[in-house]
Amino acid sequence: MYGEKVMDHFENPRNQGTIEDADGIGEVGNPQCGDIMKIYIKVSDDIIEDVKFQTFGCGAAIASSSMATEMIKGKPVKEAWDLSNKAVADALEGLPPQKLHCSVLAEEAIHKAINDYRTRNGLEPWEETGGHSHHSN
Amino acid sequence: MTGDNRFIYMDNAATTPARKEVVEAMLPYMSENFGNPSSLYGIAKKSAEAVDNARAQVASAIGASPKEIYFTSGGTEADNWAIKGAAFANRDKGNHIITSQVEHHAVLHTTEWLEKQGFEVTYLPVDKYGMVSPEDVREAITDRTILVTIMMANNEIGTIMPIAEIGKIAREMGVLFHTDAVQAAGHIQVDVNELNIDMLSISGHKFRGPKGTGVLYIGKMAKIDPLMHGGAQERHRRAGTENVPGIVGIGKALELAVAEMDSESKRIAGLRDILIQKILEIPKTHLNGHPEMRLPNNVNVVFEYIEGESILLMLNRRAICASTGSACSSKSLDPSHVLMACGLPPEIIHGSLRLTIGHDTTEDDIDYVVENVRGVVQKLRNMSPLTPPELRE
Repeated sequence: MYGEKVMDHFENPRNQGTIEDADGIGEVGNPQCGDIMKIYIKVSDDIIEDVKFQTFGCGAAIASSSMATEMIKGKPVKEAWDLSNKAVADALEGLPPQKLHCSVLAEEAIHKAINDYRTRNGLEPWEETGGHSHHSN
Repeated sequence: MTGDNRFIYMDNAATTPARKEVVEAMLPYMSENFGNPSSLYGIAKKSAEAVDNARAQVASAIGASPKEIYFTSGGTEADNWAIKGAAFANRDKGNHIITSQVEHHAVLHTTEWLEKQGFEVTYLPVDKYGMVSPEDVREAITDRTILVTIMMANNEIGTIMPIAEIGKIAREMGVLFHTDAVQAAGHIQVDVNELNIDMLSISGHKFRGPKGTGVLYIGKMAKIDPLMHGGAQERHRRAGTENVPGIVGIGKALELAVAEMDSESKRIAGLRDILIQKILEIPKTHLNGHPEMRLPNNVNVVFEYIEGESILLMLNRRAICASTGSACSSKSLDPSHVLMACGLPPEIIHGSLRLTIGHDTTEDDIDYVVENVRGVVQKLRNMSPLTPPELRE
């Protein structure tokens, strides 16, 4: 049911792990739903210098985390914020319809991590535009 | 199987490959012996005799009389027929049906449909092992109850139900008793008279017979309506030209399974016990289903902190076929209703894995599976934010 790209990121996840002295951490999902995604970012000069993830979930959730972290690494914070779930799913060469919410989860986890970073640095958190309340705790 | 082309099939509760003797027995009835059993000429007679022979094989395997055996298109049709047929034939006596929360969807979706037709259905709870209490059955029976339907063994967790006691209670109270024996037949002893069973469903492909074949046993005393209307086949009770090759196949497969049951079930149960013991050595792993009253081929466990679809995908990459009750692997995104009924919380159910052993499984396979399951569980736990530090590597 998954393409080769998804399976590659699932079996060989990029950026898996934690960052001890992260500048921002975002966690979304809940165990009842079967998926939790946690994103750690390290920011310097407004650039996502490093990013790591931890995920509890299905193949699509793990692959989405891996792909999303790869897509924002080395990018300006604003550009990382603008990464859409669709871009993640497209980069994975598609996800089955019932698994698209996994890519939404990745987008949300990045947003949470970025706003955590902004709040810690005395900046106004940016406003979420999407309404994916299903996965927010 | 060994070497680079190693492929380990541990999903024998889903289906099994048809055995060679079965395929060979079926083949002539697809070509040279193609006659319709209802016709009168010689070639048709061969087909009719083959069907009669299969009927006798099935009857003898479950302690029934051949007149009580009806061939169907599978376990699902047998369940639908038994339940709908009993419901509509006994409508003048009452409208209440008793079943359990852990039945197969072939039963549960049938009773749910009957609820829309005005029937009332009691879904009995189960204990933490997935077992129905016979006393609960007794207490649920009212003067409006027309049918009790409880599975003989559960397809997900392997728990064997106290069918003899339930059958006795139903008989005493004068209520029809149906059991879905799809996972039990050909694997454990089944005797319809000893167990006081009025109707029993069987599926051929669960014991190395062909897919698309099933049986409904209907005891002499059971009054039920047909499900399929049409020709006079199966003594006017199940219309449609007989699937002669399939019927030959299910008869042969069940006969062989019952003949080999003592040795084969013992061997498979031995492998099961080794597999359970070794997998439970992985920390934070728990067995689902009953520890003793359990199908010989069934292993079902949950691993905390990880999700089942990921486990299956990784096992598949390592050439191991298995199954899970996780919501994420189902099209409906609903977690297993069986594990829910056993009282497991959804976050634990997501980490479930079912391995069902078969005829081709060897002790070597068990070692390979254990080693790979251990590796996959650790890999996923390393990835999971829920895993406590002491379980990370």
